[in-house]
Amino acid sequence: MNAVLDPIAALGRAALGLIKQAGALALFALEALSHLVRPPFYWRIFFSSLIETGFFSLPVVALTALFSGAVIALQSYVGFGQYHVQSAIAGIVVLAVTRELGPVLAGLMVAGRVGAAMSAQIGTMRVTDQIDALTTLSTNPMKYLVTPRLLAGTLALPCLVLVADILGVMGGFTVSVAKLGFSPSTYITATLDSLKTMDVVVGLVKAAVFGFLIALLGCYNGYNSRGGAEGVGSATTAAVVGASILLLLFDYLLTDLFFSQ
Amino acid sequence: MSTPPVSTPKIRIRGLHKAFGSKIVLDGVDLDVETGTSMVIIGGSGSGKSVLLRCILGLIEPDAGTIEIDGENLLTASRSRQDVLRRQIGMLFQNAALFDSMSVGENVAFGIRAKHSDRNGPPPSRTQALQMAGDLLKQVGLDPSVGDLSPSELSGGMQKRVGLARAIAGNPNIMFFDEPTTGLDPIMGAVIDGLIVDCVQKLGSTAIAITHDMASAQRIGNRAAMLYHGRLIWQGEASELMHSGNAMVDQFTHGRREGPITMELRK
Repeated sequence: MNAVLDPIAALGRAALGLIKQAGALALFALEALSHLVRPPFYWRIFFSSLIETGFFSLPVVALTALFSGAVIALQSYVGFGQYHVQSAIAGIVVLAVTRELGPVLAGLMVAGRVGAAMSAQIGTMRVTDQIDALTTLSTNPMKYLVTPRLLAGTLALPCLVLVADILGVMGGFTVSVAKLGFSPSTYITATLDSLKTMDVVVGLVKAAVFGFLIALLGCYNGYNSRGGAEGVGSATTAAVVGASILLLLFDYLLTDLFFSQ
Repeated sequence: MSTPPVSTPKIRIRGLHKAFGSKIVLDGVDLDVETGTSMVIIGGSGSGKSVLLRCILGLIEPDAGTIEIDGENLLTASRSRQDVLRRQIGMLFQNAALFDSMSVGENVAFGIRAKHSDRNGPPPSRTQALQMAGDLLKQVGLDPSVGDLSPSELSGGMQKRVGLARAIAGNPNIMFFDEPTTGLDPIMGAVIDGLIVDCVQKLGSTAIAITHDMASAQRIGNRAAMLYHGRLIWQGEASELMHSGNAMVDQFTHGRREGPITMELRK
């Protein structure tokens, strides 16, 4: 009997744990957001997070987008060659980059770079009593540490994705023209014909959601970390893994919301 | 015949309980700390000393009991009132807990700006606060040029001094010290104790220090209490610590292996 019930009980416990975690995360997010409309707002922390998330992530996001656009062009050329529709490459590159690859790859890169850093920084503050020290100095740690980072993440990622979109298309253009023999003007015309404002806008909306989720997971895991260096390490891992999974889940949900017929 | 007025203690704790899961950490603590008193709480590791301080600071929510400051119950006060009451508390953490993303001067300036009360006019600008931080660093025996350094560049003793400067930045009338001499050599420990006594006297503050350093306890405190298994088992004058007449206190203060306190191995 136990052999049958134990796995079910374990599954139930896991499900309850997941629901509890999701509830705690939602409450954490709501509390942080509530501080957006209650002064004071810590602008210095916001701007430093904005620069850290947006500006310093630019090289890694730019390179990822550039090579991704180039690879799509190359792969599409090989694949579409079987059906003699190589002319569709420009459209495929621009659609793939603006709708999916730009936001998702930029999000994953930022989750690895910034989400981990946020979690490690706040986690270290937690285990060295710096967060408690903030409280004793009449400073709300949520308002000081979390709210500015959430706003910075939400605003920085769309800017990064805009750059990623441009560089991704440029990557496809460079390979198509330099290696695959496309005419530059034909490629650009085909790109512009395929590009729709909606694709870019939805990509940017996705980016804003991803930026929020990355900052949220980074702050949440860091804020709740326990147990010294090992705890901070676990929190950092959980922040990156959790953000990456949530990012892909929300990518599906948003794609379904905006593009499904 | 009228009875003489009874002064309200600065801090009054009654029936304070806190448990983490099945582990009872505070088991009905009653404590009065009179205004201007320096109370030292001693006790072994895990006896609940830090949890007691953290409950008063609002960092941990107790399960039951009352904590009054100037006769006002902190736990039933509104959030904003709790903030006002706690604004008068300065805290020196065991590891100083300096913000490592800021310079030493910025740490102290943060304390000055954060603890500034609107009743005293507009808050000082960052530049003004940094200048005031230099004065506070001097007050704890550090050269103001130390303000440009990062906390990680300082020794443990210097970090404690900076932590003290930050704690007194808001001229608190209640001060808490969490094991202020832990990790310091005896001379530096004595220096830090001296600074604590000076600061408390200068500010006219009421202080609670938790420690298991007996020399430090006698230097800092004029009253003392011992926590054991979440209960206050003894209270008296700090000068009586080494000959309290309580078998548990005597065993603890003299560091004897034999006695009523037994070291329990975690099962």
